[in-house]
Amino acid sequence: MKYQSQAVAKPYFIAAIGLFVGQILFGLVLGLQYVMGDFLFPEIPFNVARMVHTNLLIVWLLFGFMGSAYYMVPEEAERDLENPKLAIIMFWVFLVAGALTILGYLLVPYSGLAQMTGNDMLPTMGREFLEQPTITKIGIVVVALAFLYNIGMTILKGRKTAVSLVLLLGLVGLAVMFLFSFYNPDNLVKDKFYWWWVVHLWVEGVWELILGAILAFVLIKTTGVDREVIEKWLYVIIAMTLITGIIGTGHHYYWIGTPRYWQWWGSIFSAMEPIPFFMMTVFAFNMVNRRRRNHPNKAAVLWALGTAVMAFLGSGVWGFLHTLSPVNFYTHGSQITAAHGHMAFYGAYVMIVLTMISYAMPMLRGRDAANSNRSQVLEMWSFWLMTVAIVFITLFLTAAGILQVYLQRYSDDPQPFMIVQEKISLFYWMREVAGVVFIVGLLVYISSFFIGNADPENQTEAA
Amino acid sequence: MFDPAAGQGQPGEGPLGAAGEWRNAALPETENRYPPGDLAIWVFILAELAVFGLFFASYAFTRMQHVALFNQYQLTLDRTSALINTVALLTSSYFVVRAVQAIKSNDTQLCQRWLWAAIAMAALFIAVKGHEFAHHFAAGINLSTNTFYMFYLSLTFFHFMHVVMGMVILTAIALKARKGGYSASEHTGVETGASYWHMVDMVWLILFPLVYVMR
Repeated sequence: MKYQSQAVAKPYFIAAIGLFVGQILFGLVLGLQYVMGDFLFPEIPFNVARMVHTNLLIVWLLFGFMGSAYYMVPEEAERDLENPKLAIIMFWVFLVAGALTILGYLLVPYSGLAQMTGNDMLPTMGREFLEQPTITKIGIVVVALAFLYNIGMTILKGRKTAVSLVLLLGLVGLAVMFLFSFYNPDNLVKDKFYWWWVVHLWVEGVWELILGAILAFVLIKTTGVDREVIEKWLYVIIAMTLITGIIGTGHHYYWIGTPRYWQWWGSIFSAMEPIPFFMMTVFAFNMVNRRRRNHPNKAAVLWALGTAVMAFLGSGVWGFLHTLSPVNFYTHGSQITAAHGHMAFYGAYVMIVLTMISYAMPMLRGRDAANSNRSQVLEMWSFWLMTVAIVFITLFLTAAGILQVYLQRYSDDPQPFMIVQEKISLFYWMREVAGVVFIVGLLVYISSFFIGNADPENQTEAA
Repeated sequence: MFDPAAGQGQPGEGPLGAAGEWRNAALPETENRYPPGDLAIWVFILAELAVFGLFFASYAFTRMQHVALFNQYQLTLDRTSALINTVALLTSSYFVVRAVQAIKSNDTQLCQRWLWAAIAMAALFIAVKGHEFAHHFAAGINLSTNTFYMFYLSLTFFHFMHVVMGMVILTAIALKARKGGYSASEHTGVETGASYWHMVDMVWLILFPLVYVMR
C-alpha cells in the first residue's frame, strides 16, 4: 500500500463481503420457494425475499465499487485521498441506511414501510430494484455526492490517468443515472422508459466503464505491461461499450408501448453489445500472456481472467441469446432472463469486485503484495466452486427457460403459467443444489481470509 | 522482494518490447506499415463496420418484404444532395491522403492545411445533410412514418454522427500538427485519424447507392 488513505477501502470491502453472504442466503431461500411455495411463509414471502436478494446485490456491489475507487485512486493520482475521514463517515451512513432499509423490508409490510417513510410526499417506491424508500434514495445520493467529491478532488489535484478518468466517468454516470429513480410518472410507458435509464444504463453502460477501469488497474499492477498499451485497450473497449450500450437500451423497449423503430434500434445495437466484452477477454489474456513478471498474487490474476471470460459469457453470450426482438417476443420475462441475470451479474460485477478485493486486501492487511500460498489455494478453490456453481445455475435456468417458453408460449397448445412451473420444477431443484455449492464456495472464500495468515507471504518464482 | 508499485511503465524501455505491434514506430519510415496507424483503431473500425454491416443487411432484408413501399419513398429523397455529399466525402478522403503524404515528407504545415481542407469538405457534408434532414422534418416525417423512413433516418443519422466524430478527430490531429506534434518518423496519430476517416467515407459509399439509388 503506497498511501495511508487507501486503508479506507478496507471497511468497504468487509461490508461488501458481509452483504454478499446475506444476498446468497436469501437467494437460497428464494430458490427453495420456487419449488416449495410456502417455505418461510408468512415470515418471508417470496416478493420480500426477492427484493432483499436483488437489493443486497446492488448495495454490496456499490460498496465494492466505492472501496475499489478508494483503493485505486490515490495510487493512480499519486496523492492521498482528499478527505479520508469523510470516506469513513460515509461508510457508516451508507451501511446503517442500507441495514435499516433491509430490516424495513423484512419487518414491516411494504405498504407500511412506504407510509412510515413518507412515500406520499415524493413517491418513488414500488418499482423493481428501486424499491428503496425515498429517504434511502436521498441518502444514496448524499453518499454518492460525498464520494464523488472525495474521488474527484483527489483525481483533479493529482496525476490524471486514463484509468482514473474512465473510472470517474463511470462513477459520475452511476450517480447521474440514479437520479432517474426519482422520476416516477403516472404514465406506465414513461415510467418503464426512464426506469431502464437507471437499470440498463447502469449495468450495460456506466458500470462497464467501472469494470473496465478496475480490470485495467489490476492488469497494470499484476502483469507489468506498459500502461500505455493497457490504456489504449481501455479506450477502445469503453468507446464500443457506449456506442452499443446506450442505444442498446432499446432492447427493453420492444413491448412496453414505445414506437416500433425500437425493435430495430434495440436489436441491431444490442446485438453488438457482446463485442466490448469479447474485446475485454482478448485484452485480459493478451496482457497476462505478455506479462513481464509473475505476480505472487496468483489468485488476483485468476479472478481477473475469470472476470473477462465470465462477463463475456454471462453478459455477451447469454444476453445475445434473447436480445433480438423476434426472439425476445417469446423469451421476455422468462427463466432465460433469470439465467442471463445470474451469470452476467456474477461474471461481470461480482467477479470484478472480488478481483479488486483479492488484489488489494493482502496489502490492506499488511502484506507486501500477496497472501500466503495456503490462503491463496483456498481462495482459488472458492473461485472454482462459485464459478462452476453459477455456470450450473445458469444452465439449469436456461433449460427451465427453454422449456417454459416452449410449453407456455411457443407450442401449438400453450399451457398456463403455474402448470408449466410444475413441469419444470426438476430444473429448479437442480438450480437449488447448485446454489448450495455456491454458498459452500462463498464460505471457503471467507475462510481464506482466516487461514494461512501466520504463513510467510507467497513469493514470485523466477519469471 | 516483489515490488507492488511496479508496472507504471518502464521508462527507457521504448514503445516496443512486449507490446511491439501496438506501435510500430521503430520501423524504417520509408516502409509502408500494415495496418497503418494504431492497431487499436482497426479493432474499433472493424467493430464499427460490424454495426453498419448489420444495419445494411437489416435494410436489405426488410426491403425484400416491402419492395413497393421502399421504391415509392426512395423517390422522395434528394439524390442530387446525396451526390454532392458523395463528392464531398471522396474529396475530403483525398485531402486526408495528401495530409498523410505531406507528413511523411516532414511538411507539418502542408499536412495541417490538407487536414483543414478535409474538415471543410466534411463541414459541407454536414451542411447539405442537415438541409436534407430539415426538409424531411418540415414535411412531418419521423421514425414512425414508415419502415423506409425509419431505416433512412436511422442509417443516415448514425452515419451523420460518425462524420461529426471524424471531424472532431481530424480537428484534434490538425491542432496537434500545427504545434508540430508529428514528423516523418512519428506520425501514427495522422494515420490513425486518416484510417478512421476513410472508414466513414467508405460506409457512405455503400449507404449512398443502397438507400438513395438502388431500386
